Amino acid sequence: MSDAITAKDLSVTFAGKQVLKNIAFAIQEGEIWGLLGPSGAGKTTLVKVLTGQLKQDGGYAGLLGKDTRELRASEHGQIGIMMDNFGLYDRLSVYNNLSFYADIYQVSHDRIADILKSIDLYEARNTAVSKLSKGMKNRLSLARALMNHPKILFLDEPTSGLDPATTREIHAILREEKKKGTTIFLTTHNMFEAESLCDHIALLSEGNIIENGAPADICRKYNHLNKLQVTLKGGEMILVENNGTSALRIKEYLEKELIQAIHSTEPTLESVFLELTGKGLD
Amino acid sequence: MRNVTAIFKKQLKDTIQNKTVLIQFIMFPLLTLVMNRTIAIEGMPENFFVNLFATMYIGMAPLTSIAAVIAEEKEKNTLRVLMMSNVKPYEYLLGIGSCIWFACMLGAAVICAAGGFALREGLAFMGIMAVGILASLLVGAAIGTWSKTQMMATSITVPVMMIFSFMPMLSMFNDTIAKIAKFIFSQQVSIMLDQVKALRLEMDNICILAINMVIFTAPFTFSYKKCGLA
Repeated sequence: MSDAITAKDLSVTFAGKQVLKNIAFAIQEGEIWGLLGPSGAGKTTLVKVLTGQLKQDGGYAGLLGKDTRELRASEHGQIGIMMDNFGLYDRLSVYNNLSFYADIYQVSHDRIADILKSIDLYEARNTAVSKLSKGMKNRLSLARALMNHPKILFLDEPTSGLDPATTREIHAILREEKKKGTTIFLTTHNMFEAESLCDHIALLSEGNIIENGAPADICRKYNHLNKLQVTLKGGEMILVENNGTSALRIKEYLEKELIQAIHSTEPTLESVFLELTGKGLD
Repeated sequence: MRNVTAIFKKQLKDTIQNKTVLIQFIMFPLLTLVMNRTIAIEGMPENFFVNLFATMYIGMAPLTSIAAVIAEEKEKNTLRVLMMSNVKPYEYLLGIGSCIWFACMLGAAVICAAGGFALREGLAFMGIMAVGILASLLVGAAIGTWSKTQMMATSITVPVMMIFSFMPMLSMFNDTIAKIAKFIFSQQVSIMLDQVKALRLEMDNICILAINMVIFTAPFTFSYKKCGLA
């Protein structure tokens, strides 16, 4: 598989402050790639550079093998973008918003009904966007980004401020898109979203990528304790070594049917972030 | 051309829902109809209210509408999304501009009907209005492109609009204002509209109007190069 998105030594400076510092990564086609970091880490800036909305001061950003500074209208037609500021026409109905983009992308209007059904907005198709809830606007914004069957989908905080049910719906849509081969680049400060959705993540702090890899690999890498946490039926929790020395002890608990649960002591992405930066993700 | 048509259709739907822009196209035609039918003062020039409100309409409606539309799209990031969706800046400006020009021409047709012109006079009236609206659109597009927010667009639009709308009227009462006003397009439109019944067009009127339009492309080009559309 070839690289859909690449960044090499990417740097961006605003008013003398370096917002992105020597960012480098390569995202393969069909991957869900998450950028995890707190507010102000530089996530949106990176999305803007990768989508050609902002020019970098140094380094290279490539999309489908092209420099993002030289993207033409036809290449823009191959990407879908859902930014935190929706960019929807408030006075137009849900249907008319998508109908406009169907005309722009020269997509059949039949797709509008299909896509509205898939994001559960079909019943609200004649409602003005100004009357939609935040979650519905988010889903509509995602629908607009999907109108042109994009090869690459950029999502900036797609589930920020949404209820768990809407978040699950959006995750399901994104998994479907991945199955179709769409490359998805998403930014989030939600570690659960990153863990459950992404094939690969990068932790961004103050413009630097401080760690990257598959979420499970990162958690395993920072599992310094390497112990097992055994919760007994009485509520007592004990830590045992994650090796052969604990086998007899656990066997004994099992024989006495005392064990309620056994967990590994792998850290969460948030605790990895905390360990690396001394700060939380929120 | 497909993108221009799509933007035209979208803007038409949006304008119908946008009361603050819609009122610009309705207010002066309605005022013309009412004033022309209800007020008759002895010694008043023929079609006084038609020409007066037509000139004010040209100075206000196209300018404020296009500035408001472009500034709103910039403020709400819809323009940024459009620029990332296969749409070229000139396609956007053509789509928006043609829609507002069309809406303004509908209003102009109502003003023309109020004037009770013969066919050839009516065509001349509409021709002059078409060019005047185009000049006003250029100024409005420059303001909209320059502005980051609707608030900023409004604060620039109001004084500019006052100059173009009121100077032709004020020039009737003050010679100094008249001397200055003759260099602006709305005054030339006003003069040409006064001569519609005679079906006469003076070369200096056309020249000043043409020079105005050339001059107006400069702030638009400057705004576009400096601020861009998104």
